[in-house]
Amino acid sequence: MTETRLRSRKSPYPLWFFLPAAAVYGVLFVVPTVSSLWFSLTRWDLSSAEFIGLENFRQFFSEPFLVKGLVNTLIYALTTSGLKTICGLLLAVLLTGNIFARGFLRTLVFFPVLVSTIGIGITFTVMMHPTKGIINAMLETLAIPGPGWLTNPALALFSVALVDLWKGVGLATLIFIAGLAAISPDYYEAARIDGATRFQQFWRITLPLVRPATITVITLSLIGGLRSFDLIWAMTRGGPGFSSDVIASVIYKQYQAGFYGLSTAGNVILFALIAIIILPLTVWLNRREVEQ
Amino acid sequence: MRRMRPFTSGAIALAVATVIFVLPFVFIALQAVKSKSEASRLDFTLPQQWLFWDNLAAVFQARDYQLVLAYFNSTLITVVSVTILILLSAMVGYVMQRRKTRWNAVASGALFMGLMMPPAVVPTIGLLQEIGLFKTITGMILIQVAYNLSFSILLYRAFISTIPRDLDEAALIDGAKPWQIFFRVILPLLKPVTVTNIVVQSIAIFNDFTNPLYYLPGKENVTVQLTLYNFQSMYTSQYNLLFMNILLVTVPPLIVFIFFNRQIVAGMTAGAVKG
Repeated sequence: MTETRLRSRKSPYPLWFFLPAAAVYGVLFVVPTVSSLWFSLTRWDLSSAEFIGLENFRQFFSEPFLVKGLVNTLIYALTTSGLKTICGLLLAVLLTGNIFARGFLRTLVFFPVLVSTIGIGITFTVMMHPTKGIINAMLETLAIPGPGWLTNPALALFSVALVDLWKGVGLATLIFIAGLAAISPDYYEAARIDGATRFQQFWRITLPLVRPATITVITLSLIGGLRSFDLIWAMTRGGPGFSSDVIASVIYKQYQAGFYGLSTAGNVILFALIAIIILPLTVWLNRREVEQ
Repeated sequence: MRRMRPFTSGAIALAVATVIFVLPFVFIALQAVKSKSEASRLDFTLPQQWLFWDNLAAVFQARDYQLVLAYFNSTLITVVSVTILILLSAMVGYVMQRRKTRWNAVASGALFMGLMMPPAVVPTIGLLQEIGLFKTITGMILIQVAYNLSFSILLYRAFISTIPRDLDEAALIDGAKPWQIFFRVILPLLKPVTVTNIVVQSIAIFNDFTNPLYYLPGKENVTVQLTLYNFQSMYTSQYNLLFMNILLVTVPPLIVFIFFNRQIVAGMTAGAVKG
């Protein structure tokens, strides 16, 4: 009855409440995103755009260093996302267990999430210096020859990925802690009575029941990894050579060089990449959850 | 034996975590108080002279007090954009949660897109130039609002579902106009999630580097993160000053963290898991 009375009058929930947000979001996010589809097909100097069809995309895929950026983006996203998921889950299990200094440890692991990425990037660049850096100095005392973390082209991208893990694992841990807290202790008690080992408890109870949190962590860190720019830019500028370039740094370099059409094409490729990876993944992960 | 295990494993974890998570911060603090020549060795020794105040003064005075300007700009951008964000996203979250219309599907789609898609930077620069907001603080503020709306709305929408509709109806019967229901009744009740939102968004916006790099070039518009970035290339021979700058940039989030630890944690997990 209340429902019909409310509906016959004017709704107390005014639709104009959407308007201010929609205006800002529409003008500054949606319009550029949609128009990027057009500008990626042009030779563009910000004042005039000349239609050149798929030329920008042809150029993007025929330049080895640009394709390298695409491959690196995938490697970087998969590495950081995989490591964050595994390390985050293990840390969360450790930090929900009955251990000494638990609160302090949680704080410690989470704090880097809040710190300036540029500051972290510079700090680790210095610590990873091949001869003067403290990381190699510490390895030397253990008689291990330290590599050129950021100067070796085969290693640079992974070194940045490790720092990304260091900075971001706290958020993954936090999400897993929230997920673990939702699991009823009854399951573990029943398992213990049945004589399950700790490993069996983890494998048969924790892992399946923490699934929603796992999905969140994987999705978030994949999106973050595919889009990542600031840490890579602060640590290597895409170098040495183009060995740690990702799409986002390619977009910035092409923009700096004045190739606006090519830069925008890079953006469209990044949209496509994210859509191709994240949309099916979300659908697939959520469907399997429903089946259970 | 068994009773010892939690302590032993905890002690090992504590030691490892300390090495991995604390050492970098100790390193930052150590370099920041050293002299120029000592800091250039980049090692892990205590300084012979503690030059905290000297280095602090030198960093602030560098390039005509640029850091002071940067702190002013960053604070202005953060405070104004977070204020606008809170207001707009609470309004959207409220109507989205309460009124089911076909606009909801549109709004949800836009929300999802905003969480997932990176912004198209060069077209945005073109557009900002067109409307005269490129290289302006106002433009930067509006960009921060646009880019962070989705996450903020998500937090509000989840929280508003816990507020009973009876309150809206009671206010309506008492003769409140629709906007009064929101501003007088609902908005005050949103305080917990608003605090979370303020904390999470201010840290994100204060720490943002990429967007000021693109949309706010120029000396007079410099932000804290950009100063640090410029310092990196200009002062590679003065690591003590570089690290003093890093220390200064790390302090504001540290203070926020100490005061709002619980809210940050609650907000991050609520937004992430429910989204």
